[in-house]
Amino acid sequence: MLLSLQNVQKIYTLGGVTINALDNVSLSIDEGEFVSIMGPSGSGKSTFLQIASMLAEPTSGIILLKDHEVSTLKETERARLRNKEIGFVFQQFNLLARTSALDNVALPLMYAGVSSNERTQRAKEMLDQVGLSDRMGNAPAQLSGGQQQRVAIARALVNNPSIIFADEPTGNLDSKSGEDIKNILLDLHQEGKTIIMVTHEEDVAEISKRKIIFKDGKVISDSKFDTSHEQTAYGKRKVKKARSASKTKRTSRKKAKK
Amino acid sequence: MFWQIFLIAVKAILTNKTRSFLTMLGVIIGVGSVVLLTSIGTGLQSYVSDQFSTLGGTVIFVSPGDPFGEGGFGESSFIESTKPVLKRSYFDEVLRTHRDSISEGVVSGLASGQAKYRETTKKVILYGVTPSFESVNKATPAKGTWFTDLDEQKGARVAVLGSGIATELFGDVDPVGKRVRIASRTYLIDAVLEEQGGGFGGPSFDNYVYIPFTTLQDDFDVELIDSYSFAAKDTESVEQAKKDIEETLSKYLEEDEFTVYDQAQLLETINNILGVITVALGGISAISLVVGGIGIMNIMLVSVTERTREIGLRKAIGATPNVILLQFLIESALLSVIGGCMGLLIAYLGSLAIQPFFPAKVTVEAVILAFGVSTLVGLVFGAAPARRAAQLSPIEALRYE
Repeated sequence: MLLSLQNVQKIYTLGGVTINALDNVSLSIDEGEFVSIMGPSGSGKSTFLQIASMLAEPTSGIILLKDHEVSTLKETERARLRNKEIGFVFQQFNLLARTSALDNVALPLMYAGVSSNERTQRAKEMLDQVGLSDRMGNAPAQLSGGQQQRVAIARALVNNPSIIFADEPTGNLDSKSGEDIKNILLDLHQEGKTIIMVTHEEDVAEISKRKIIFKDGKVISDSKFDTSHEQTAYGKRKVKKARSASKTKRTSRKKAKK
Repeated sequence: MFWQIFLIAVKAILTNKTRSFLTMLGVIIGVGSVVLLTSIGTGLQSYVSDQFSTLGGTVIFVSPGDPFGEGGFGESSFIESTKPVLKRSYFDEVLRTHRDSISEGVVSGLASGQAKYRETTKKVILYGVTPSFESVNKATPAKGTWFTDLDEQKGARVAVLGSGIATELFGDVDPVGKRVRIASRTYLIDAVLEEQGGGFGGPSFDNYVYIPFTTLQDDFDVELIDSYSFAAKDTESVEQAKKDIEETLSKYLEEDEFTVYDQAQLLETINNILGVITVALGGISAISLVVGGIGIMNIMLVSVTERTREIGLRKAIGATPNVILLQFLIESALLSVIGGCMGLLIAYLGSLAIQPFFPAKVTVEAVILAFGVSTLVGLVFGAAPARRAAQLSPIEALRYE
């Protein structure tokens, strides 16, 4: 099991009103899974992403990453862990302006303390992988939305993280660029990457292999399905593995409810 | 990693060149004025030391009252000094009885009057001295010779002019052998001194008219002796000479009615006063440095707010709070240090520009101090914005519009 949330709660107080953004959520995600998180606005899907990716602390509950408890870590330790284990793809791309694509991609490596030469080398490889080897020196303003998101994906991959969190990765793109990004995510999944993606677009969610739906801070549906995108033997193997994992998960959830 | 963070800070400064320069301006002016004003102070101190060293370190002064005591230059000592305390007879006795430690001495008194040569009239300070003034005070004539002991004894109406007043009264004419009218009496000019400079804002020695002491007493009805100065035989006999002078004067005067001091003490006192002035000037100009620091803090706070999303992203992908803190601290310290260097350059150029009129000297200490203080200003005033950046929650920061 790669990531596991047990009875996780997140309570906000906004203007004197208490909001239960995550209400006793328990779920597990295995290595190699491609999970989409859906739900109406205010359902808690974004809060789930923030807490699962260690950007925010839960109010209560336990989060295990690779069997290590991470919910009680201090911000400094969480930052180091995010740097090592987590890759982020945001709806707004969040690239540094006036900074070349290459330097943007190399940024997580800098915080990891990787040497300058190796940073450049690895960032080049990543940009090559997302098909931007001819745009390395360009600043974000000189790139299209789709290209910027590809740079962001390269940045998310450069540290070889355990999980990639994508928050509405196609939300800011035209349909053509959206398709490109979907394909890249699919390829990554087929390479064995674990991807957790928040989206409200049904067709985007369809490329994933497991769909978790949130409502009022609770998981109301958690389903795994085969899609026509599963072309490789590798992918099929992964789905099998995921299915067996979800069985155990359901039992554990039942136990938890009791 | 430090180098990488340093480069990020440099890049941030270069991205907004105009803003960065305007932010630095406060520190530029602050450091510039601190260094320039202290350079004037230290320049004056070394100038005074140089002037004194030409006297050779053997001169001992005797003044009425206590010029170094509390309120030394205040009212009480002034009132005391208007009563004739020092007498010519005491002076003569000192010289007579302590030939083993004292080689010569000068009695001096002051008066003022109008000097007139042809159509030119000038207000002058008359310095009545005994002829040993030439050797004791190293007042070498450029032209002519000093009046003699005989002139002094008879109260002859002769005068030696400082170089400044000689030029003012006589212009291109050689004054030696000419006559000048001072307070409706006529004096023969014996000599003109070499240029000495000095005066520090007061009348320069070059503008004094020196006449025999007895002449000053007779013509200007001056009873008061301004001071004695004695030359010790050599630097080793200075302490002995001081004791000898005190011994003789104590026979006639109370302990608090006179003060015997040597050049080193006088120099120390002047340096102390100049030191206080230097510190005060530096302190006043340091206020502008604080204002400069506040300017940096202000801009850094704006910068943190503007770059909230960037901070959020950096944190999300692995920058720890300390790394963010360091990034903003380096940026503010760098702004301040660059400003400090520019201020230093301006102060240096300024000190070069005023050197013809005023002794100014930018010391290594001032440079180190300016550098240290500007770094400190950057760190202190950058601390609050940097802390704010470091404490931003990554979620809040990423959500910031």
